[in-house]
Amino acid sequence: MKAFAPIAVVIALLAVVPLIVHSNVTLNFLVVALMIALAGQGWNVLGGYGGQYSFGHAAFFGTGTYVTAILQVRYGVNAWVAFGLGIAAGAALGALIGGLTFRSGLRGSYFALVTLAFAEVLRILASVAPITGAGVGTLIKLDLHAQALQFQSRAAFYWVILALVALALVITRLIERSRFGAWLTAVRENEDAARALGVDATTVKLAAMVVSGAITAAAGCFYVQYFLFVDSGIAYGTWISIEALLTPIIGGAGTVFGPLLGALVVKSLGEAAQMVAGDAPGLDLVVYGAVLILVIGFTPRGLIGGLDELRKRLRRAEPRPVAQEASHG
Amino acid sequence: MAEPLLSVERVSRRFGGLLAVNDVSLSAMEGRITALIGPNGAGKTTLFAIISGFLKPSAGAVRYRGEDVTGEPPHRLARRGIARTFQVVQPFAGLSVRENIMVGAHLHHRARDAALHAAEQVGRELGLADMLDRPASTLTVAGRKRLELAKALATEPKLLLLDEVLAGLNPSEIHDVAPVIRGLSARGITIMMIEHVMQAVMSLVEHVFVLAEGSIIADGTPAQVAADPAVVEAYLGHGAVAKLGAAHGD
Repeated sequence: MKAFAPIAVVIALLAVVPLIVHSNVTLNFLVVALMIALAGQGWNVLGGYGGQYSFGHAAFFGTGTYVTAILQVRYGVNAWVAFGLGIAAGAALGALIGGLTFRSGLRGSYFALVTLAFAEVLRILASVAPITGAGVGTLIKLDLHAQALQFQSRAAFYWVILALVALALVITRLIERSRFGAWLTAVRENEDAARALGVDATTVKLAAMVVSGAITAAAGCFYVQYFLFVDSGIAYGTWISIEALLTPIIGGAGTVFGPLLGALVVKSLGEAAQMVAGDAPGLDLVVYGAVLILVIGFTPRGLIGGLDELRKRLRRAEPRPVAQEASHG
Repeated sequence: MAEPLLSVERVSRRFGGLLAVNDVSLSAMEGRITALIGPNGAGKTTLFAIISGFLKPSAGAVRYRGEDVTGEPPHRLARRGIARTFQVVQPFAGLSVRENIMVGAHLHHRARDAALHAAEQVGRELGLADMLDRPASTLTVAGRKRLELAKALATEPKLLLLDEVLAGLNPSEIHDVAPVIRGLSARGITIMMIEHVMQAVMSLVEHVFVLAEGSIIADGTPAQVAADPAVVEAYLGHGAVAKLGAAHGD
């Protein structure tokens, strides 16, 4: 249970925020940050723990948004059911892309490029296919009822996305402490050595991709319920691929809290820059780039890794005065 | 005569125009220590890669406990009980020593606690007890060799393929590791080792196969092999035996 206590504390702290903060702007900011954190948590399972760097997690995010939206709009499926099916579609797409890439032995930058290609192909298909609304996009009808997964208050949306983030954190921790997690990190560190020790590397990576796809798709499902609109540029655009990989890398890839911390920090800085410099387009990307360079330069294991290092240093520094006193006495 | 645990039957492996392993047959008897020696580039490591499933042979078969396991992937062979170490040690650098060994231990222990327990036991057995919490990347060469052995051992193998575990160690370290290998054999693990440290081969091994330019040129007890003119020539060059004889004659 000790392993899950930090998650409980963090989520509990975040859960009381809407009770204190009533500003819609602030809540909206936090909802979006948590949504990005969720997308990043999906990337983190595959990239952070498994070392398979995807440049195309938009494929999962976008599939989540479109499946959730199209099932409701065109087939009259209940929003909650559509949400669940959107997640399932993300998992299925993960199995498909993972099956094709890992089975053919693509590693490293080749894997990254192929995932990017998948996302781009899906974006182009979505921009012309009639079922997605092509260039016009898909609009979900406003229906502010809990059974339609739409809420009057931002706070309710906030708690929904927070619950999803909490679930993803728990899943990540469970993976970390399981045999699957041990094998996944072994594959990240040295695939051949892992295989020699009985690890079926292809299956392990495939499983990670399925989990990863499902979690990032959940962020997409939430996006469309929150904004009630999606088009191909939002769903499969490179913006979400970048944010999904940037937040865990900045926060700390391969750590449970990395994506959440990364998303909050990156989004805050982006917002702050916008406040100072006005609404300059692309300014947030400049900030992301700068933060990324700083993090990789000074703490390659991300902010969590940096904090870890700091704590170790403090702990090492502490006993020294005590020892000096003892020698004087 | 007992059935061999492992038998390699007429295995060849071609890399383009190069015949790296040429029609090689050899076997490892259960519970024994067998060595594979030969000059650099003889094809020893290629042969190990074939036995452990990392390479498929171009021709021939590998039989383990009487079953044909040719071309099976490494993870499945590991489940059958074949473990290997790598000549260039392959630690999981970002993980601690304990986590490294745990990866192997997880093969037969699904639960985290059981794997942890098994890993610590193996670590103690190989003299890594004090280093379990250290990152694998901070180990010395000798430590890394021990870790390489520990990882393989944690999979609870029946057949252990050791690719130059003693290379790069100083004499006192070799003196420390050799008894460990003998201890594993005493526990019933069949060992096949590639080794250049002849002193260790002589003292540990019961049967030696000599590979040169992809073919087996001799096999027998260490003493028999060391006296074989073909083996001397393989190491020292063609005509070496005659020259040595002439030198002695002077």
